[in-house]
Amino acid sequence: MAAMNMIQSINSALDVMLARDPKVLIFGEDVGYFGGVFRATDKLQEKHGLKRCFDAPISEGGIIATAIGMGAYGLRPVPEIQFADYILPAFDQLVSEAARLRYRSGGEFWAPITVRSPYGGGIFGGQTHSQSPEAIFAHITGLKTVIPSNPYDAKGLLIASIECNDPVIFLEPKRLYNGPFDGRHDQEVKSWAGHEHAEVPEGHYTVPLGKAAVVREGEAATVLAYGTMVHVALAGIEDSGIDAELIDLRSIVPLDIDTIIESVKKTGRCVILHEASRYGGFGGELSALVQERCFYWLEAPVERVAGWDTPYPHAFEWDYFPGPKRLVNALNKVMQD
Amino acid sequence: MSNRAKLSLYVPEPNARPGEQPSFDHLEIPAAGAVRCPDIGAPEHELRDLPYTLIRVLDEQDAAVGPWNPKLSTDRMIKGLRAMMLTRAFDDRLFRAHRQGKTSFYMKSTGEEAIGAAQSLALDQGDMSFPTYRVLSWLMARDYPLTDLVNQIFNNAKDPLQGRQLPILYSARDYGFYSLSGNVGSRFGHAVGWAMASAYSEDDKIALAYIGEGTTAEGDFHEALTFASVYHAPVVLCVTNNQWAISSFAGIAGAEETTFAAKAIGYGIPGLRVDGNDFLAVWAATQWAAERARSNRGATLIELFTYRAEGHSTSDDPTKYRPADEASTWPLGDPVERLKRHLIATGVWDEEKHASLASELDIAVRAAVKEAEKIGTLGKSKPPIEQMFEDVFEEHDWRLVEQLREVRD
Repeated sequence: MAAMNMIQSINSALDVMLARDPKVLIFGEDVGYFGGVFRATDKLQEKHGLKRCFDAPISEGGIIATAIGMGAYGLRPVPEIQFADYILPAFDQLVSEAARLRYRSGGEFWAPITVRSPYGGGIFGGQTHSQSPEAIFAHITGLKTVIPSNPYDAKGLLIASIECNDPVIFLEPKRLYNGPFDGRHDQEVKSWAGHEHAEVPEGHYTVPLGKAAVVREGEAATVLAYGTMVHVALAGIEDSGIDAELIDLRSIVPLDIDTIIESVKKTGRCVILHEASRYGGFGGELSALVQERCFYWLEAPVERVAGWDTPYPHAFEWDYFPGPKRLVNALNKVMQD
Repeated sequence: MSNRAKLSLYVPEPNARPGEQPSFDHLEIPAAGAVRCPDIGAPEHELRDLPYTLIRVLDEQDAAVGPWNPKLSTDRMIKGLRAMMLTRAFDDRLFRAHRQGKTSFYMKSTGEEAIGAAQSLALDQGDMSFPTYRVLSWLMARDYPLTDLVNQIFNNAKDPLQGRQLPILYSARDYGFYSLSGNVGSRFGHAVGWAMASAYSEDDKIALAYIGEGTTAEGDFHEALTFASVYHAPVVLCVTNNQWAISSFAGIAGAEETTFAAKAIGYGIPGLRVDGNDFLAVWAATQWAAERARSNRGATLIELFTYRAEGHSTSDDPTKYRPADEASTWPLGDPVERLKRHLIATGVWDEEKHASLASELDIAVRAAVKEAEKIGTLGKSKPPIEQMFEDVFEEHDWRLVEQLREVRD
């Protein structure tokens, strides 16, 4: 075991897989010699060679098309899209090709690619470095969407994603790279040092896709979250004084429906928290699933706490960002009903 | 307003529309054999005349001439002719099956049969093509089972793609034929990735990709060329310039200003422009590019200059947007006729043999259609319902398990 922040654990996952499987290779903008703008691929080229981790043209569509072709050949490419905000030029490749290849070819071809991409806000990145596009991928049949919330999970989930034979969108909450940010933006920045999930095995292990984690057990309400919002949720629950159960979904496709249902049936109340805009967000799907399957156990309407339905606004970052206070309000509301 | 001249927007238009005389005055067609054939090791900067001419081998007297003559054996040429004729017979029969209500959709490759046939035979087993929907002759040249094609077109219980794809969007991995899609252009970059993977793996296989001239306007084309150029990918990138993208003439994709082969120059890779109705020229250019790719010299862009002799698909009527006799007056002729005449001219073929082969192929197609009809035409037979949920992921998640149960109830 070693103490790692999330960048180090992601780097370690890539390092382990490059060493373990010659079919794994990495490419993307600035990922080679320089090691990536967030340092996720730091020293991987030096250690594993030019051909295993190299720079790509600024062409997200080209990067993903190339990765799909490599996957169809039999490799396991791990392309990086520098920011999730920039993934849209590759959207056709992800939707019309990666997600559909196995199905439309009757199982003759498939694309075992893992697309890593930093996402989410809280870093004063403005509209083009802060968005949370997970819901648009969750809607695409044939794609898996994975979102870790701590260094241990990030490494285990990333290795599981690379070993998965389906295309995976691996969204890394960039605000969590260096510490477990809980939305209290006016307080001192915390690092991962000493955090229980920052103790990471140096070798190979996996965290299975589609298995949620119960981060905090509770009886009064269920909070569903993923990524940065897991830490915001812990802070909000603490501030509220309400004995809420917190579930970290870890992946939204596949979704651990059983853990969600079991918890909501126990607590009778549910609050969904995500950073992406509310309308059409993944919270809508979660809310519908909970309503369909737990209606007779619910004591109150399901609440959603999310980003506002505006583009991500630079000056209004903390007005937009769904912090602990908004979760406290939502928890109080479900408890009143 | 200033005193400057008023700007005016230019919108290209074809030379002739329905009711007008077809005109090919704008085409510059060099004599067969006139274009030089450089060594495959020649650097790209010495090849920049080639995108602006037209490589041709079969001349007006049906002889194979010039430095690009691949000097193929009679057997290979007859194999190619057979694949082209089979494609045409199959297209005619299945187009009719659509008109008879046996399927929902069909697309012919009439006039373009030389391309898939020559390239399929020129490349090796294990190489991978990334086709468009108009290279059926690739599969015909490799003896893909006819009944399986018809089963796919009928989406019946024996459809190799389990009823999931629109008719003719085949996939045939063992025949070097990558999965087709209705989204044009989106596999062009896959060929580059596949070729890069082959090079990464120190394999000896190469890839060949097709894109229509209309689709060269998509970002996919330029992205693929960028990656192919940057990483010296062992890939042959082909633009099938059949003059028409549904109802838009090639000028709408930029053909008035330059050639499609010349797009290669900006990427620093060789560009060849080839008479796509000349089986031997297509073969020779493909072999040249393939040899270059196999010797780690990277990618080549080949424009295959041809003519889409029929409509885009069963859903359009070409006489509504171009002269009805444009196809029959196309100056580069018909690829089947040209190879046939060459074989006759060399004394190895005659009208009788040709008619007998045509009849044999027609019988084979009829038999395949009949066999597939026994299983069922579209809507009369379909794969088991669980196939709707298979292959979405490698393994079902709970949604698919629940939905399969629901659809069965």
